[in-house]
Amino acid sequence: MSPGKDVVLDVEGARVQFEMDRGVARVLDDVDLSVSREEIFGIVGESGSGKSMLAASMLDAVEDPGVLSGSITYYPSPDEPVDILELSAEELRQLRWEEIAMVFQGALDSFNPTLRIGQHFQETLSAHNVDRQSGMERARELLSDLYLEPEQVLASHPHELSGGMRQRALIALALLLEPEVLVMDEPTGALDLLMQRSILSLIKKLQRKYNLTIVFISHDLPLVANLADRIGVMYAFDLVEVGTAEDVVEGARHPYTRALLKAVPNLETPYAEMQPIAGRAPDPVSVPKGCSYAERCPLADDQCLDVHPPYDDLTDEHRVACYYPEEAPAAIPLPFEDQSVERPDDPPEAAGAAPGKEGSR
Amino acid sequence: MSGNDSVVSLRDVDVHFENRRGMLDLFGEPETVHAVDDITLDIPENDVVAVIGESGCGKTTLGKTALGLQRPTNGTVSFRGQDVWEARDGADDVDIPYDDIRRALQIIHQDPGSSLNPNQTVMATLLQPLKRWKPDLSRQEKEARILGMLQEVGMTPAEDYAYRFPHQLSGGEQQRTALVRALLMEPDLILADEAVSALDVSLRVEMMDLMLELQEQFDTSFLFISHNLSNARYLAGQADGRLAIMYLGEIVEIGPCEEVLADPHHPYTKVLKWATPDLEVKHGDIEDPPVRGVDIPDPTNPPSGCRFHTRCPEARDHCVRTSVPSIDVGEDRNVACFRADEDSEYWDTHPLPDETAGDTGGEETT
Repeated sequence: MSPGKDVVLDVEGARVQFEMDRGVARVLDDVDLSVSREEIFGIVGESGSGKSMLAASMLDAVEDPGVLSGSITYYPSPDEPVDILELSAEELRQLRWEEIAMVFQGALDSFNPTLRIGQHFQETLSAHNVDRQSGMERARELLSDLYLEPEQVLASHPHELSGGMRQRALIALALLLEPEVLVMDEPTGALDLLMQRSILSLIKKLQRKYNLTIVFISHDLPLVANLADRIGVMYAFDLVEVGTAEDVVEGARHPYTRALLKAVPNLETPYAEMQPIAGRAPDPVSVPKGCSYAERCPLADDQCLDVHPPYDDLTDEHRVACYYPEEAPAAIPLPFEDQSVERPDDPPEAAGAAPGKEGSR
Repeated sequence: MSGNDSVVSLRDVDVHFENRRGMLDLFGEPETVHAVDDITLDIPENDVVAVIGESGCGKTTLGKTALGLQRPTNGTVSFRGQDVWEARDGADDVDIPYDDIRRALQIIHQDPGSSLNPNQTVMATLLQPLKRWKPDLSRQEKEARILGMLQEVGMTPAEDYAYRFPHQLSGGEQQRTALVRALLMEPDLILADEAVSALDVSLRVEMMDLMLELQEQFDTSFLFISHNLSNARYLAGQADGRLAIMYLGEIVEIGPCEEVLADPHHPYTKVLKWATPDLEVKHGDIEDPPVRGVDIPDPTNPPSGCRFHTRCPEARDHCVRTSVPSIDVGEDRNVACFRADEDSEYWDTHPLPDETAGDTGGEETT
């Protein structure tokens, strides 16, 4: 990554493998990624792409029989690297709540059904030797930040809250010990549109108020587009495109990213322009030696099939694992995109990238 | 759209559940959940009706009721003119036997993985309905029909897929298997309850294309139930179907899909449309939804008057006091909002203050 960036989480060559009867499955394939301090980094991928594995890797939380290798470095401050994979179990336990917190999909499973919400907060405080009174004060503030009535929620059992309220209570719990980084894996997946939208707006407000770094993982590209500063697109266990949200949504150069943008049902695109992606993603037991997307890609040639493409740095921020990033826009045109953008050295088109959306809201 | 061409007609249907909240409430009055309240809906032949609403709005109960899987506490459900529950209860003058109705109304669920038996191959799963409904076919004929259908839905080579177990299929393939299982019944109506939104984004369009194709080919109607307006638009819009917006047990707006989306009348429809993510990069803060409270009221105790008034940005005193009729606002379009009636008393009453938003509206200015 570009030097001088205030990196908070640096992932290098992260690989997760596990043994199966059929062979060794590689479900995370040498991923490199740097998350900058106080940014919202969105990771988009379909099921089985390895995005949840990447999230778990960031906290060394890959479950057996998965084996994680590579290096994950956390920087509480720029000159204070912490090698996460070298931490003891106790150090890791502390790091996970106090420095890097996680929110998973399905808040119901994350709470103990026999305990009141308040007890979860209290137990977390005492497990980390935090003063209960100031801790519960913070809990109340966080719950109010999340549009919840603190006393009512703290006194409730998990099943007494709606899914949206539970998910918000879980976010409050994750932020209780003032972590620097919040990793969220499909935090809104099970929620309705309105609640999703509300939670997105809350996440953004929390990020500002508490100067958080947020890693937000979802299969839902429009959702991530609406939230993230930067986006990484995962396909077949690795990131295929990383850039600012504009780079990836409005100036995508990887054929998979473009195909995904075309496949997303939405309210604007003409029906005929929405198209599924033909074919299927590779099996983790036999990832192709070349580009993992080559079999489904209209641009693929022999080189793509034979040699894994290295990253092409289009700009400081925008990198694509593809041999043909310049050809991709013409080969996979997007309905909302101006078709005059095949200039290899230009920064991806920012202005006028979304014509035909006149005054939509 | 005359009632005669309808496959299924619901007339003034209520589904109320009595709900005891737990051990401590054992001796208290049971609460009544108004899952479906006074809904009238016709599902015509070869049509798509998409019902959209948030969780807890009663859309799943409405779907089950339309299929004769849930008995309404009031009102009637009929299949091609035959009262479904009279047929079920074995009334004397039944024109269409209940078995025929059951066959004609099929369902595909949200989670295809759990609706398929994990210990059975695709072939074994698909043979079951044929054994029951087509006992005259020979085994070879049944298998040939199944292989043909698998091919039809793009699971090729069909001979290979037929002998796989559910865990050897992707989510999309499982869902297609469930669709084939429904289609083997030659149904008149398929209820697809969140059958698309659980699929990966890249598979949704494919699944809906398939449903549209099959609709055309087999004249099957779809009752498509979802919380996702984008999916509903793709399916109902292309089939020239209708969109019904549900809120706390009631249909608040219904009409041709394209028209409702282009020009939503009900404030709730507008909010849903607003909340649907688009492919746009947003800078700065994401606005809060234009509602006065983000959480849905308790369905055991729905608000008085218009049920949306606790969240509605346009609510006035009149909305609190008076229940809203369904107002005819054009061909095939109805909306349950006083704002659709220019002579309504609504216009002479005061807007509601923001504090009435309930327990979750405050704290907006941190």
